[in-house]
Amino acid sequence: MTTVPPALVAAAAAFPEVEFESVLGDTVARASRDDVVGLLETVRDAGFELFIDLCAVDYLSRNPRFDIAINVVSVSQSLRLRVLVGIPGTDPQMPTVSSVYPGSNFYEREAFDLFGIEFSDHPDMTRILLPDDWEGHPLRKDVSVGSVPVQFKGANKAR
Amino acid sequence: MSNPPDLVPGEPDVPSEDRSSPESESRRSVHDLWLSGTEAPRELGPFTDEGAQEMLAGESPELLASQTGTLVDDDYEAPSRSADDELQIINMGPQHPATHGVLRLHLELDGETIRRVKPIIGYLHTGMEKTAEALTFMQGSTNVTRMDYLSPLHNELGYSLAVEKLLEVEVPPRAAAIRVLMSELNRIASHLLWCATSGFDIGALSMMIYGLRERESLLEFFEKTTGLRMNHNYIRPGGVAADLPPDWREDMVSIIAIVEAGLADYVTLLLGNPIFIERTRGVGILTHDECLAYGVTGPVARASGVDYDVRKVFPYSGFEQYDFEVPITTNGDVYDRFLIRFEEIRQSIRIVKQVMETIPEGDYRTEDRKVTPPPRARIDESMEALIHHFKIFTEGFKVPAGETYQAVESSRGELGMYLVSDGGSKPWRLHVRGPSFANVQSLPMMLADSLIADTVAALASADPVMGDVDR
Repeated sequence: MTTVPPALVAAAAAFPEVEFESVLGDTVARASRDDVVGLLETVRDAGFELFIDLCAVDYLSRNPRFDIAINVVSVSQSLRLRVLVGIPGTDPQMPTVSSVYPGSNFYEREAFDLFGIEFSDHPDMTRILLPDDWEGHPLRKDVSVGSVPVQFKGANKAR
Repeated sequence: MSNPPDLVPGEPDVPSEDRSSPESESRRSVHDLWLSGTEAPRELGPFTDEGAQEMLAGESPELLASQTGTLVDDDYEAPSRSADDELQIINMGPQHPATHGVLRLHLELDGETIRRVKPIIGYLHTGMEKTAEALTFMQGSTNVTRMDYLSPLHNELGYSLAVEKLLEVEVPPRAAAIRVLMSELNRIASHLLWCATSGFDIGALSMMIYGLRERESLLEFFEKTTGLRMNHNYIRPGGVAADLPPDWREDMVSIIAIVEAGLADYVTLLLGNPIFIERTRGVGILTHDECLAYGVTGPVARASGVDYDVRKVFPYSGFEQYDFEVPITTNGDVYDRFLIRFEEIRQSIRIVKQVMETIPEGDYRTEDRKVTPPPRARIDESMEALIHHFKIFTEGFKVPAGETYQAVESSRGELGMYLVSDGGSKPWRLHVRGPSFANVQSLPMMLADSLIADTVAALASADPVMGDVDR
């Protein structure tokens, strides 16, 4: 049990299943999919009002396969909090946090676009960076970089 | 438009299946063109109709609220809704000189008033985060420097700090001071270019030339120090690529004189100009709460009264040693964003002057041979040096497994690097939290309920760099 910053004591008490730890100087909370919206609401009311970032990581062979990392900041208390949410590869979805932090809207669309993680109740769950008819989710680890056929290189290759 | 019918925005009156009509496909195939004697191109399949990118009459209430910018603060004062056939949706960009890159905006207009805004991004997406996974940690800074191409040194700094955090490597004090110096010069250069293009967008045509002229002095110094005017790859994990040129102090003196003189000119040219004031005061307003909820940072947030500067709140690279102030205003309009950026240039000059006085002598990169390649002369003498050199340039150095988030204050706001390593010599994942991405998302709140003519002013004041948005 690592020490939890005073601003997060109430949140830690309200969500006993959320593990708080300190990783290289950052406060990291590991929450389940069911807890994340409630936890973020508590945390936002505790002063972490600046939404910074939401992104996905594909660990491929790990279980759960994906992590969603949500970064929020308390400006007045100079604190940064990262909430990690494990997402299984067989059921890649989690509830949207855009109801708590509206700014996560684009970030969730990006995670959906590049990793194929669906955010339920998201107002506009569409691709954001890639064209709508793109197949697959390219930042997943089982998607290769691919190549573009060019002239004069490997002339025998099928085009 | 007498007696407008009472339309409920949530109800679709156009079926969404209508979007890809068979006619549009046949029309397209007629226009396929190829050269005589060559094989006809294969059928490309149904043309992308970018359905999700379309602005539909019937959207969900949350989506409407985000497009009208009323989700956080409801300051929408549009007159009573006119009939839908009097609304028009126009498309601005992606090829538009005022979008500063390839940003596309869907604007729903009621006469000259903007009702709804939908920013559409992705036109510059080149998969740089995927590329980062194929490059070693040492090569990575060549990749990130191309994201926000107007403040490349901040990208390199954030990336290098993140790698060093995982490696637990300390850079020498001189390297940290050089990083501070170069990133502050980059902030000045970026703000000068911003002044130039924003002034130009608003109609102060001479501003374009003035801003670029002053910025040139900084780019010349960057070229002298790093070898390149942009995309420097100068700040690297372990330190910087080269020491400052021997006569850098004289260069600083002349740069500061040029920038200060230019700044005085801009203040006279813009801030007192009644036309400029008319075009910027009360335009493109973002409130304090909207900035927080949408993750808007940097000068845009500080113009709205958000007292957040990563250099002060989470100091990095020794910023806590320097004495500087963070300018804050509360109106949150375009005029205030000009004031903030002018003041930030002055504060950056203050930091540069302090670096000139306090920069210590010593190494400009760490002596840790696992990270920094040995000097060329050592390779002839030492077997160890040869091995290290070979290992670094073939395999790259290994970074302990772990994940970390490192933020720096770029010219546009908080630039964060979320770096995950699996213990190998390439990042497992590198996510870049670009400040422009969040700032572009806040455009509906700035633009909705204002005049179409103000779009350009508000958009320019947000200073989006599309390389940073789309990556």
